[in-house]
Amino acid sequence: MHIDLKTVKIDPLRQTFANVADRIGSDKPASRYQEATLGLQPDANFHYRPTWDPAHELFDPARTAIGMKDWYAFKDPRQFYYANWTMTRARQQDAMESNFDFVESRGLAASLPEDLKSTALHLLLPLRHVAWGANMNNFSICAYGYGTAITAPSSFHAMDQLGIAQYLTRLGLLLAGPESLDIAKQAWLKLPEWQGLRSYIEDSFVLKDWFMLFTVQNFVLDGLLYPLVYDRIVDDHLAMRNGSAVAMLTAFMTEWYEETAKWVDAQIKTAAAESTANRDLLSEWTRTWRERAVSSLVPVVTGALGEQAQVASDEVLGQFNSRAAKLGLSV
Amino acid sequence: MDMEASKKKLGLKERYNHLTRGLGWETTYQPMEKVFPYTRYEGIKIHDWDKWEDPFRLTMDAYWKYQGEKEKKLYAIIDAFAQNNGHLGVSDARYINTLKLFIQGVSPLEYMAHRGFAHVGRQFDGVSARIACQMQSVDELRHAQTQMHTVSNYNKYYNGMHSWRHWHDRVWYLSVPKSFFDDAMSAGPFEFVVAISFAFEYVLTNLLFVPFMSGAAYNGDMATVTFGFSAQSDESRHMTLGLEIIKFILEQDPGNVPIVQRWLDKWFWRGYKVLTLVSMMMDYMLPKKVMSWKEAWEIYGEQNGGALFNDLARYGIRKPKGWEQASIEKDHLSHQAWSTFYNYGAAALFHTWTPTDGEKDWLSAKYPDTFDKLYRPRFEHWEQQAKEGKRFYNGTLPMLCTTCQIPMFFTEPTDPTKICYRESDYKGDKYHFCSDHCKDIFDYEPEKYVQSWLPVHQIYQGNCFNPGVDPTVPGFDPLRAVLDYYHTNFGRDNFDFEGSEDQKNFARWHGDDAGGA
Ligand SMILES: [Fe+2]
Ligand SMILES: [Fe+2]
Repeated sequence: MHIDLKTVKIDPLRQTFANVADRIGSDKPASRYQEATLGLQPDANFHYRPTWDPAHELFDPARTAIGMKDWYAFKDPRQFYYANWTMTRARQQDAMESNFDFVESRGLAASLPEDLKSTALHLLLPLRHVAWGANMNNFSICAYGYGTAITAPSSFHAMDQLGIAQYLTRLGLLLAGPESLDIAKQAWLKLPEWQGLRSYIEDSFVLKDWFMLFTVQNFVLDGLLYPLVYDRIVDDHLAMRNGSAVAMLTAFMTEWYEETAKWVDAQIKTAAAESTANRDLLSEWTRTWRERAVSSLVPVVTGALGEQAQVASDEVLGQFNSRAAKLGLSV
Repeated sequence: MDMEASKKKLGLKERYNHLTRGLGWETTYQPMEKVFPYTRYEGIKIHDWDKWEDPFRLTMDAYWKYQGEKEKKLYAIIDAFAQNNGHLGVSDARYINTLKLFIQGVSPLEYMAHRGFAHVGRQFDGVSARIACQMQSVDELRHAQTQMHTVSNYNKYYNGMHSWRHWHDRVWYLSVPKSFFDDAMSAGPFEFVVAISFAFEYVLTNLLFVPFMSGAAYNGDMATVTFGFSAQSDESRHMTLGLEIIKFILEQDPGNVPIVQRWLDKWFWRGYKVLTLVSMMMDYMLPKKVMSWKEAWEIYGEQNGGALFNDLARYGIRKPKGWEQASIEKDHLSHQAWSTFYNYGAAALFHTWTPTDGEKDWLSAKYPDTFDKLYRPRFEHWEQQAKEGKRFYNGTLPMLCTTCQIPMFFTEPTDPTKICYRESDYKGDKYHFCSDHCKDIFDYEPEKYVQSWLPVHQIYQGNCFNPGVDPTVPGFDPLRAVLDYYHTNFGRDNFDFEGSEDQKNFARWHGDDAGGA
């Protein structure tokens, strides 16, 4: 007798794994995002204390002052797990590849006005080190954070920042060649206008509280830097002066910031909504680091914006403050 | 014009350097030792991180492109498998128990690898070394997640998978793989990469991956085969990284050699002990066998591993201690392991069984020196008892080795009829070991291993009962109470395959049951 197994109708015994069902109920199938995320991290009976941090367990909620009843309350509005993250980025990379091809094949690099090109290179190339710093910080968050819901997207975020550092590097190679990267690195290390930002980042490297680090890096610094550099300068200021080739080469950053800000907001909002104590901490961290970030960014963007730098930063700061307030922080 | 000319001349390697190591800088507002605080305490000396050779020059754009393609193909197959009841195409419902072992014991380690490589991907001082580890970190997350998505379909229809997360942190035999990875991750960053990238990924991975993936192929499990193959291209990157790491560390300073040698001795043995579970999977759990454990050890261990260590001799590295003992044990390992699980089949969260007559003959042929003499009589005895309705279940709990956490069932290397016991005294307590090598590992770092969360000790100390359970009430059944604490579906996740719900459902869904359609 032949049975077509494909058409046999059988009822499942259960819908999903217990670590997922515990959080979404056992009566419905789980999404790919949920099965890839919820309760994935070990949380009990670690065998040995880390020799590199004997005060804590391998995974330990006490590595941050933020407290959560359920660390899986953190949700990614993009519902990213590895597969849809990497497929999304592959599509964006395709578009970026055509942009680079377009700029190169049409000789747009050569036709950029010299002063504008120089402004763009002076501003953008040292930022590859800033993105690399953001990569390191997000791997700290992934490694020492608690719960896959926030640590897994942090590893994607870290790899994205490496991608951004590499797009900026390619921009330098395309517009001006390898020497421009060396010059930019010297600027990053030596020129006074970059030192505020470099010290901000180096100080962030040694922060031990991973949620503070999340706030300092992803919320505060990037929340001010991206709107200022990519919206105000690249997409507005440079584009209006025949510099849209630059905007094409940084299109990923603009799109990426818009997407990832939603994720960052969701994390801050969830943590702040959990308790007054969390809200107070997040507000305090934001206030402290926001002042530093703004005063580090003004000299950096002065090269491009001149006297308008302060005004533009104030505007961006105003937007940032209302964003913070909407997430429940008092800033 | 000059600029144009220099752009053309930029070689691939130089270009790659700009895209990677060029991103880093020496910090001055914070000292480098504070930015990278964990790479100095293990005694490993690195003089020049720039000597690191990037084993694969992969930038993020290419990474996203390749990986995105692979994921698209993989998920198309996972979807088709689920829609077409692909699980009914496997050779025999016994096969599904290997997937239970996989999701309980292996997938959680993929996740740990993700976090462990995130840690070293942040901590190594060298930019290129960090990037290589970071890519491995997200690859390992990929493995954990694709495994969840593949096994999810089986979990809907079969027992023994639903609470893998809860089990991995608690169940007696799962503390073997868990403690293995906790051990590596709680070590310093250099020991971690020697343990995982080299000793495990490079030396032993073929003994883990090949058996599971070819086992899946032989037994009609196309979903598992597909994620296995898809992961394989990541694995080859990870293996290359393992080799680069070991060469880099050894070449940096002669003082590193003895440290690395000790780690190789330790991690070979730790890894090999975890593979005990794989050996019994190959010889007993796969309905259609791929090759015996002994053959696998001969090819992937003795031949390939032997060649590798000959290669490393120029650095002053020798074969790990314990290598010879693994070869002596190849005739015994799987039989002793499966017998133990058969014994404790009430407390194992997959099904156990005695081999069929055909399987016993296969075992005799593969193990001519030991199976008929030592192990066949045991299985025939148990088979006879089961026929008489007295299926043997051991109601006590085994003593565990403090280091590898495997029950003390291994025999003396020189006498297969005598259990091997070793012990050490430390601060007034006695610790027990399955072997000389496990004892050595403990003796070198007792302050680490006294912390071991040994499941059997924990049970006897009363730490493995649900809140409110009173072990002093008359008729208290400790095994049952522990299984409740494990979140076992009693009678569905455990016991013999014969008569199990899995067996009945699989037959029914095939239309095989008596009087069926
Ligand atoms: Fe893996
Ligand atoms: Fe042992």
